[in-house]
Amino acid sequence: MELFLQQLLNGLTIGMVYALIALGYTMVYGVIQLINFAHGEVFMVGAYLTLSAILAFSGFPFWAALPAAFAVSALGSALLGAAIERTAYKPLRGSPKLTALITSIGVSFFLQNAVMLIYGSKEQSVPDIVPPVRFDVGTFSLSLVQIVIFAVATGLMIFLTWFVKNTKTGKAMRAVAENAEAAELMGISPNRVIRQTFVLGSTLAAVGGGLFAIYYGSINFHDGYLAGIKAFTAAVFGGIGSIPGAMLGGILLGVFESLGAGYVSSEWKDVFAFVLLAAVLIFKPSGLLGENLPDKV
Amino acid sequence: MPILDVRSVSKRFGGVVALKAMSLTVGEGEIVGLIGPNGAGKTSFFNCVTGLVSIDSGEILFREGERRLDGLSPNKILECGVARTFQNLRIFRNMTVLENVAIGFHTRTRSGFLDAVLRTRRYHVEERMILARSLELLHFIGLSGAGNEIAANLPYGGQKRLEIARALACEPKLLLLDEPVAGMNPTEKEEIAVLVRKIREKGTAILLIEHDMKVVMPLSDRVVVMDEGERIAEGSPESVRCNARVIEAYLGVADA
Amino acid sequence: MEALRDRLRKSHLARVFLVLFPFALIPLFDKNAYHMDLLATVGIYAILAMGLNVVVGFAGLLNLGYAAFFALGAYAYALLNIHTGCPFWLGLPAAGLVSMAFGLLIGMPSIRVRGDYLAITTLGFGEIVRIAFNNLDAWTGGPNGLLGIDRPTFFGYKFSINATPYVYLTLALVALVAWVLFRLSDSKIGRALVAIREDELAAGCMGVPALRVKLTAFGLSSFIAGMAGAVFASKQTIVSPDSFDFVLSVLILAMVVLGGLGNIWGAALGALVLGILPELLRGFASYRMLLFGVIMILMMIFRPQGILGGQLIRRELGKRKKHAEEEGVDADS
Repeated sequence: MELFLQQLLNGLTIGMVYALIALGYTMVYGVIQLINFAHGEVFMVGAYLTLSAILAFSGFPFWAALPAAFAVSALGSALLGAAIERTAYKPLRGSPKLTALITSIGVSFFLQNAVMLIYGSKEQSVPDIVPPVRFDVGTFSLSLVQIVIFAVATGLMIFLTWFVKNTKTGKAMRAVAENAEAAELMGISPNRVIRQTFVLGSTLAAVGGGLFAIYYGSINFHDGYLAGIKAFTAAVFGGIGSIPGAMLGGILLGVFESLGAGYVSSEWKDVFAFVLLAAVLIFKPSGLLGENLPDKV
Repeated sequence: MPILDVRSVSKRFGGVVALKAMSLTVGEGEIVGLIGPNGAGKTSFFNCVTGLVSIDSGEILFREGERRLDGLSPNKILECGVARTFQNLRIFRNMTVLENVAIGFHTRTRSGFLDAVLRTRRYHVEERMILARSLELLHFIGLSGAGNEIAANLPYGGQKRLEIARALACEPKLLLLDEPVAGMNPTEKEEIAVLVRKIREKGTAILLIEHDMKVVMPLSDRVVVMDEGERIAEGSPESVRCNARVIEAYLGVADA
Repeated sequence: MEALRDRLRKSHLARVFLVLFPFALIPLFDKNAYHMDLLATVGIYAILAMGLNVVVGFAGLLNLGYAAFFALGAYAYALLNIHTGCPFWLGLPAAGLVSMAFGLLIGMPSIRVRGDYLAITTLGFGEIVRIAFNNLDAWTGGPNGLLGIDRPTFFGYKFSINATPYVYLTLALVALVAWVLFRLSDSKIGRALVAIREDELAAGCMGVPALRVKLTAFGLSSFIAGMAGAVFASKQTIVSPDSFDFVLSVLILAMVVLGGLGNIWGAALGALVLGILPELLRGFASYRMLLFGVIMILMMIFRPQGILGGQLIRRELGKRKKHAEEEGVDADS
């Protein structure tokens, strides 16, 4: 029971991070039907920017430095996301899907290697900015970092839900996702909305990256690839295009992965995500909360 | 002896009822016209018969019940002997005219991967056959000499003819034509009408959707009228023309 | 004489020979061992690129896990050779068959899936294979892989560390694959593939069994990768999971895209360019991946049809039919 609860908790923690990344995938897919391969790298860049920011703010108390670091990272990643959209994806707006997908792979490669060249290929360790305090609750223990992750991630998800439901931009995003042409006729600029979607998704991913960095204590330029695939799995699992789906998918994936690692084997942990991915795409592509998108006849 | 026997087929798309217990028969060697106002469900009907859309209830029987078409995939239905053209033209735009027609022979030939690679006798015989027959069809349809044109470069009328040629290459027992003369001038329309009769003479039954009454009425042996997903009238062209319900369905369409 | 000239003009074999023969002459003039090794490697890449082109370029299916089929072939030959002493020339087709079997197995469920989803599914399979090879120590030697694989023996001559015979081996295979693919594109299946890419729905209504045709393409491309794997294993004499990662899958894809999707020679050209380029930029080795990324982005934006342009198949067909029509001759070899 102890193991179960502990693994559950750990799973929830990483699940929240996956959820934040998954949201970016699902929102972008919703508006332009593109699997943004480079999104995982934006997450990774977020992690690295957080690291740099933490190092830069190292004199300050953690409750000031950490939010500042996140803010810096979010800003940087938001700009990056917008830049990617503008330079690599926008020119291909009318092209076949294959073309855009290949481009996104190119962007992903570019970013991965750019970061590697800038920061070096070795694992980078992240200073313990959050005091390593643990809270023992009955049979399991919870670290302060985990509480921070829960708080930040949940807060962001609540914010996003409110944002998409209530703000003009959020509604515009939903409109474009439903029917871009009709939205345009209603006076919404799809270009602007798409850019905003990228910015929003990138910001969430960046914070996810920051949380990832402080949780694991070390980062590597390859992290984006793996986390990206998993987060995409989560997005599809929850139902691509569905925001609650991405949140649910992320959390569930984190939990299953953690329980799997704890009870079955940690070596095969990553395979689990890939198998789930293939299974969902083949047997239930609409995922848990998504709609079946029929191919147009 | 109906070659196509559609019994009480229904189909809904979400909240919209496309077909409501729709029944229709086509006899061997018959030309049946399918008419009705826009949105009556004519193209949906074609889509159901050709397997692009699954039906909710009913049966689609082919060749006196020899085969059941409902539930089969489009390429299997083609193999049975039902070919079609499309309302919105779906030719292979970047292939040449000859290549478009050649596709029709896919199910009429047996060559496979090994035949292609090893250039067996069968490959040569079949490729020669495909070429010869394709040229014949192009001649029949009035596109001689256009064999090497890229399909997208043909004029609209040529593209419509090409689609018919491609469908004929499949050697169908039943040909479904979806608005074959839409957008053509009167001379072209007459030419197509002549072609349709010739196709029937060669033994293929035809079910044709068409809005132009001047074309459908003289051409059809029998006319079936659809409105809102169901059959509202059927009979000889003259009787249908005078049918009150039909006139009411069309309300405002002047053609006679 | 006229007839012979005509036959040669339309002969796929002649054309393949003419294009590749110059490469066969290179080893006679260039004795540099390093260059030979590079050329042999490029040869393997060319086989892989042509194979991937079958599925991405001809059939329009984005396979992002191609390295896995390469790996399956390499390990298949390695295991057969180590455990049963299977000679290379038997192992070569065997490796192809093993990869093909997996290709058909994985292809069957995957091909039904929507285009962009197919890409991710194949990526998933690619990773699963790599991780499996890494973890199944008892069978595959785990992260260290398998050692001591035999090199080929050709009529008594045993291949050695000298790369030159491998240059000829890969050249011969490139020729074989190209020849098969040219013949295939000029056939019923070739036309069906183009039609499916043009309008899959209409093709289905004209009787083309799209799934079966796509599966054939998938199986063929896997077979080709498997053969390349056997050659690779016999050249390196070692196989380990690291050689077969996602980066390699993307690299091969970049080669196909660069040369021109759907263009048989294009794939080989892409392999040549992207195989040689890093060597020319020795000083910039660490920028290699960066460059690949940039190339892919720029190609897709500015010249998505690649260097040689796609749809070579269509032009091929047009030419052949035209000759046949005009001259009443239906010649090819």
